[in-house]
Amino acid sequence: MNFWIIQGLNGLAFGSLLFILASGFSLIFGLMRIVNLSHGAYFMLGAYVGLSAIEAGVNFWIAILIGGGAICILGAVIERFILRRLTGQPLAQVLVTLGIAFIIADTCVWIWTGDPRPVPMPSALTGAFRISHLAFPIYRLFVIGVAFALAAALWFLLERSRLGAMIRAGVDDLPMARAMGIRTSLLFSVVFCLGSALAGAGGVLAGPILSVYPGLDTDMLPLALVVVILGGVGSLLGAFVGSLIIGFIYSYGQALFPDLAYVILFLPMVLVLTLRPTGLFGRQAI
Amino acid sequence: MRAPASNILLWLIALAALLALPWVVTSEYYVNIASQIVIAAILALSLNLLIGFGGMISLGHAVYLGVAAYLSIYLTAHAGFGHLAGALIAIGATTMLAMLFGYLALRASGLGFLMITLALGQILWGVAYRWASLTGGDNGLGGLKRPHPFGLNLMDPTIFYYFVLFFLGIALWCIARFIQSGLGQSLQGTRDQPRRMRALGYNVWLIQWLSFVCAGFWGAVAGLLYAYYHQFVSPQTLHLTTSAETLLMVIAGGTGTLLGPVVGAALVIILKNVVSAYITRWLILLGVIFVAIVLFMPEGLVPGIMRGVRALRRRLRGDKMTDAPSIAKERAP
Repeated sequence: MNFWIIQGLNGLAFGSLLFILASGFSLIFGLMRIVNLSHGAYFMLGAYVGLSAIEAGVNFWIAILIGGGAICILGAVIERFILRRLTGQPLAQVLVTLGIAFIIADTCVWIWTGDPRPVPMPSALTGAFRISHLAFPIYRLFVIGVAFALAAALWFLLERSRLGAMIRAGVDDLPMARAMGIRTSLLFSVVFCLGSALAGAGGVLAGPILSVYPGLDTDMLPLALVVVILGGVGSLLGAFVGSLIIGFIYSYGQALFPDLAYVILFLPMVLVLTLRPTGLFGRQAI
Repeated sequence: MRAPASNILLWLIALAALLALPWVVTSEYYVNIASQIVIAAILALSLNLLIGFGGMISLGHAVYLGVAAYLSIYLTAHAGFGHLAGALIAIGATTMLAMLFGYLALRASGLGFLMITLALGQILWGVAYRWASLTGGDNGLGGLKRPHPFGLNLMDPTIFYYFVLFFLGIALWCIARFIQSGLGQSLQGTRDQPRRMRALGYNVWLIQWLSFVCAGFWGAVAGLLYAYYHQFVSPQTLHLTTSAETLLMVIAGGTGTLLGPVVGAALVIILKNVVSAYITRWLILLGVIFVAIVLFMPEGLVPGIMRGVRALRRRLRGDKMTDAPSIAKERAP
């Protein structure tokens, strides 16, 4: 029983990290029709930047802001100067983001070497939370809390704000949104920066749990893809539910069948693609 | 449809050059690189079936290379199968995997297809990396001896080169036949006008799926030869970077042409070997090439460089009259 609860919480924590990554990816894909294959690299680079900030003596919370901010700026530059030049050429955009992902990944090996680096935990959140004989790391509970708060904030942004209404209009019918006077190019920049910042900050947040290592990018990117395939394109709820499903499957899978944890990821993909190609909460096929 | 005489001449020259290669470059090192190019060319040809003729951009084509290589090494070196049985089972099983993956990936099209192929490929990479008891994990799987078909000593680099060249010849011939066949023609129809093809009563899904399986089959052949060449396979073979390198071969040589992927394979393999001799940052270069191709030469590296050379030559001659319209025409997507 304890095993199921602890692994369930672990799954929830991993799913939370996935949600922080995948929500931005899904928003960018839903609105801009860009499959941002650099998203995993943003996550890793954010974690490295945060790590360097912490090693330079910066507080963990500021390091999250620095990691997120650095990737936000990087995303803004890439969106403005590269992706915008390729508007209307989705495949060219994918290839560019793939190239950028390689450049970032190799640059990270260059700067931070190939060894895995643990990111130190903030001292306020070390230790374990105990109920009777169950103990669970406080930091993971904190990550779960952050993801739920983020989900609520994004929901509020998308469903209750003017900006969110514009984004939803853009996701549903871009030419019509443009015709109604929405500045879609500005909208694109905002969403791309938001997604990038989430990936960067998520990387720092994930550091104490996953640690940072070369290959973190290509470990996380396919999981984000699977989440979006599972949950549906451009759907916040889909990204949320998809992340939790993958988080649980991955966590239980690794504990029960360590060799096969990756094979099990096939199952939800096979089921969803066979039975519901739009994803669980998507309205359009991917 | 008959090829013009100049084309046939070009083919004969290319064939003669390929056959004479081991006499021209006598160093074993270069003959081995030539073998690598030929194997990569078979893989790139198979991917070009999807990209160039089917309009389906796959970022998971390393799957067929890697799975066939893993299977053939596992079966012959670790499970006690004979060479022929191991090879046939490896290719057959990999083709069946292509049937499954094709079914899954073709639930979507365009970007969705690309995402699904990438995700499936990386999941398989994870399997090869983590399932250490079967795949050897990060250390990879080795122990394969090259076979001796018909008394040929494949350990000899020159003989091995002719061996893989023979398969490249068969692959080229089959793929050329495929493109001209009714199925290949309708595949190009689904690339250009999927809706119209559907309206004309073609089963677009079936055409794309059969082509996907065909590409998987030739990918598996490349994987088998890859296993014979390296006598070793590691998760890196299945990794996204391998798929991306193969994709680069196809777009570098120019998609949708028969020989483009062969030229692209030669370019990428030579570049990779030359660069690796001087610096260790191959991945950065790969990324830069991707970005540069997309931004500056969207029609492919070889046609793009040809265009640049032509434009430069015209400028040197001071002849600007014919310049503008031809570039405008070639730049159109």
